[in-house]
Parts: sequence; C-alpha cells; structure tokens
Amino acid sequence: MATADASTIVAASPRSRSPRSPRQLRTLRKIALGLAGILGFLLTWQLLPTLGIVDPRYFPTATATLAQLGQEMRDLEFWRNVGRTMTAWGIGLVIATVLATVLGTVIGLVPFLRRATHTTVEFLRPIPSVALIPLAVLMYGYQLQAALIIIVFASFWQVFIQVLYGVADVDAVARDTARSFGLSRGSRIVNLVFPTALPYLMTGLRLAAAVALILAVTAEMFIGNPGLGRAIMLAQNAGQWTTVYALVVVTGLLGLIVNLVFRVIERRSLAWHQSVRGEEVL
Amino acid sequence: MTLYTSTVVTPRRRSRVWAKIGESTLYAIGLPIILLVIWGVWATIAPAKFFPSPVEIIQAFVDTWVGPAFVTDVLPSLGRLALGIILSILIGIAAGTLIGLVRWLRELLEPTFEFFRAVPPPVLIPIVAVLVGANDAMKVVVIVAGAVWPILLNTIEGVRATDAVMTETARSFALRPAERLRYLTLPAASPRIMAGVRQSLSIALILMVISEMFYSSSGLGFKIVYFQRNYLIAEMWSGILLLGLIGVLLAAVFGLVERRVLRWYHGIKEVERA
Repeated sequence: MATADASTIVAASPRSRSPRSPRQLRTLRKIALGLAGILGFLLTWQLLPTLGIVDPRYFPTATATLAQLGQEMRDLEFWRNVGRTMTAWGIGLVIATVLATVLGTVIGLVPFLRRATHTTVEFLRPIPSVALIPLAVLMYGYQLQAALIIIVFASFWQVFIQVLYGVADVDAVARDTARSFGLSRGSRIVNLVFPTALPYLMTGLRLAAAVALILAVTAEMFIGNPGLGRAIMLAQNAGQWTTVYALVVVTGLLGLIVNLVFRVIERRSLAWHQSVRGEEVL
Repeated sequence: MTLYTSTVVTPRRRSRVWAKIGESTLYAIGLPIILLVIWGVWATIAPAKFFPSPVEIIQAFVDTWVGPAFVTDVLPSLGRLALGIILSILIGIAAGTLIGLVRWLRELLEPTFEFFRAVPPPVLIPIVAVLVGANDAMKVVVIVAGAVWPILLNTIEGVRATDAVMTETARSFALRPAERLRYLTLPAASPRIMAGVRQSLSIALILMVISEMFYSSSGLGFKIVYFQRNYLIAEMWSGILLLGLIGVLLAAVFGLVERRVLRWYHGIKEVERA
C-alpha cells in the first residue's frame, strides 16, 4: 500500500515525465541484476558437476535438468501429477479456511470461549503436522483423505490465529457507534467485524496457501498418495536423479506461483483498506 | 464529590485475588480436562481401533519415553534439532546482514533466494540424503537447508528497512562499522529477524521429524513410524504427544527469547498504542 502511494506521488512530480527517470533506471537495474543473479546461479549449478566438484551422477547439470524438465512437460502423466498435487492443495486449503474462519469468528467474538480455548489452542498449534502422518496412514492408507488430514491440520492454524486476532481487533468507537445505531447482530458482523478481520484473514490465507503446498508435497512423498511428491520418490528409488531435480524445480516454481497469486489477491481484496500493516504478521 | 470517594473502598481484597487465580486456572485447564474426559468415555463405550483412551496413551508414554529411550532416541533428535536451528540462525543473520547492507548484492541474489524459499523444504531430503549420505550430518544439513531461508530473507528485509535518519545520524557521529552493526543495524532488523526465526522453528521441527521417519534407524521420528508399522497404537500416540510437547516447549523458549530481545520494541509499540 505504501509503495502504491509513493508511486502516485512520484508520477505527479514533473521530474518523472522525462523518459528515463531515476526511478525507472533503478527498476531496470534491479531487474537486470536479478536476472544476472539467476543466470549466475544456473552457471554455478552447471559448473559444479562439470568440474567434478560434486558427483555428476547425483547432481546433474542445470542444462540436463532443464532438458529433463522440458521432456517431462510433454508427458501427460506429469501434468496429471501437477493436477493431483494442486487438487489436494486446493481441497485442503478450502476446508481449512472455511473451518478456521467459522471457528475463529465464533470463538473470537465470545470472550468466554476465547478464554476457555486458549490453552487447548496453544497446545495443539505447535504440534508438527507431519507427526500425524502415521495416524493418517493408519486411518486412510494411501488415499487422498490421509493427505488432507495433514494439509488441513497445518493450514488451519495459520488462518485460525489470524481470524482470532482480527475479530478481536474491532475498533471500540466503531463498535459502540454500530450498537447505538441499532444495527442487528448479523449486520454488525457483515459491516463491522468482517471488514476489520479481512486484512488478517488475507494474511492468514497467504501463509496457509504456502504451508498447504508444502504439506501436500510432503504427504505425497511420505504417505504415497499420487502426485508430484510421489513422483519424486519414485524417481529417486529408480535412481533417475535428473528427474528428481527437475521435479524439485517444479515444486519450487509452483510455490512461487502460489505466493505471487496470493499476494495479488491480498492486495486486490484490501485495495480499500487504508492501514499500512506490516507484512511480517505471523 | 461523594460519588468519587465511594469508589476508593475495596473490601475483601484478598479473597478476590484468590477467586481470580482460581477462575483463571479453571479457564486454563477446564476445556482440556473436559475434552480428555469425553475422549476417555468415548474410548471405553465405543473402542475405536486407532484411538486408544488417554489413560492408555499416558501409560504408554511413561513406559516408552521415560527411561533409556529418552537418552538413546529423544536427546539425539533434540541435539540435531538445536544444532540445525542454531546454524540456520547464525548463517541466516550473517549472510542476511551482508546482503542487506550491499545493495547490488541484494538485487543480484533476491530473486534466486525467493525461489529457494518457495521450494517445499521436504523435497530437499532425498537430494541431501544422496549427496551427504544417510547419517546425522545429513539431518542437520536438511534442517539448515530448509530453515535458513525465512531467517535469511527476513534479515535482508529488516536490514534494508533500517530508518534512513538513524543511518545518517550514525554516520555523522562517525560510528565505526562494527559499532554501527552492533548498535544500529542489528537492533533495527531484530523484529523482522525474530519473525523469520519463528517461521524457521516450525520448519526445522517438521524436517527433523521427517528426516528421521524415513532416513534413519533411531530418533523420535523413526520410533513413531516403527510403532505405527507394528500396530503399537498407544505407543504411536505417545510419540505424537511427545512431539506436541516439544513443539510447545520450543514455542515457549522462543517466546522468552523474543520478549528479551525485543523488549525495547514492544515498549515502543505500547507507548504508540497508548
């Protein structure tokens, strides 16, 4: 939000009308350096196995990996695996978000519930979700449900905690105003509590989306339900290291896309919001 | 006038304090006890195969973890976890400060680092396992490789966002670089750094558990999977319980450290809010 304001101010000043303002130059420089960094990284990756610093059998070159990636992309099974991973991710994220929003709103609005659930929440939240993998395997075997347990448990807390804080953050004056204007309970929730909690919800959603992807891939790797994670393990067991690296790159790219998309959603949905809350809320 | 004087009288003060303490204890342990009782009753009325009663789990917990298993399985796991976290923090802050201070370096590396952060950390396990070998070092490397990114990127961001006026003040007071680092840059970045450390802790714990579950013959994660594969359900639950306790402990330690490190910061925030 702050950057958007700054850019409009700069755009209004006459200096920036010149085709190459310092600001544009800086952006250009940043992009060029960033690209140079990526190229440098690829070059290092290429040189490490070529010069024999690491064993090329287990650490294929960048070109070999990218070539393999190109080949994978022509394979329908690869895209099915991407689809499976993203399906598990999507279902898990939706379940977790709906559950967390409903429970977080109810518990956050009732002080009694908030006090009563505090210790339970503080104990359940730090349990690493992967600790539940054995239980999930026992209950559902190698099915999607087992992965969903892990994904939902991990991403639920991210949203829940944010909603809990957000709902409690309602401005006292605004609340009293709404009450004295005789707004009904439902109308208060829609017009007052929801807009207050929305920035928190969006932060929680963005964090949960990243966590859900991590756990979706992890579950596929170690529970064995089909998807990118299992493809990595299968390639590893078959000794196809180039494929392993190519798929790891794919998971990284998926993570980047998820991050970018949710950052855009966050910015879009909060375009009306004036606050300049920090990004680091967690 | 009399209206105001009447509020000064506070009779029965001591009993009220006790009532308050009792009330908050009741709030703190009320729901957990209710949930445990429901679970216990449920497990006796309709025994589900994979959900033993809390009493059985506690029994298994004592039998499994109290004694030599604590030394052979739990302590090494915790040691690796601690080593991994400490290395991540050291590397993350050192590299992050350097990169954050040098602008071209930051612009050069940031996009690449964003990619590394986006890679789900567990996929690094097979790669590290084959490069380092399935040993203790591999588990520490896995933890560092996954947990260093949030600290590193948050340090870069924190160092970069140091208040310009303060930087210039430090410069005009001719602070030496080491002094500037100690008294300006690191404190200014510390709220962000701590936020990064908090993210890293949960990643580190996840990686510790997974790397032991699937690439080890000892340790906490291995034990849990072993119990599951042998249908020792109560023991498996006791392992999950222990991991939960470790998670709570880690969060508590972090809370203490954060309160100490960021005491000045919380102080400023409170003044601003008041």
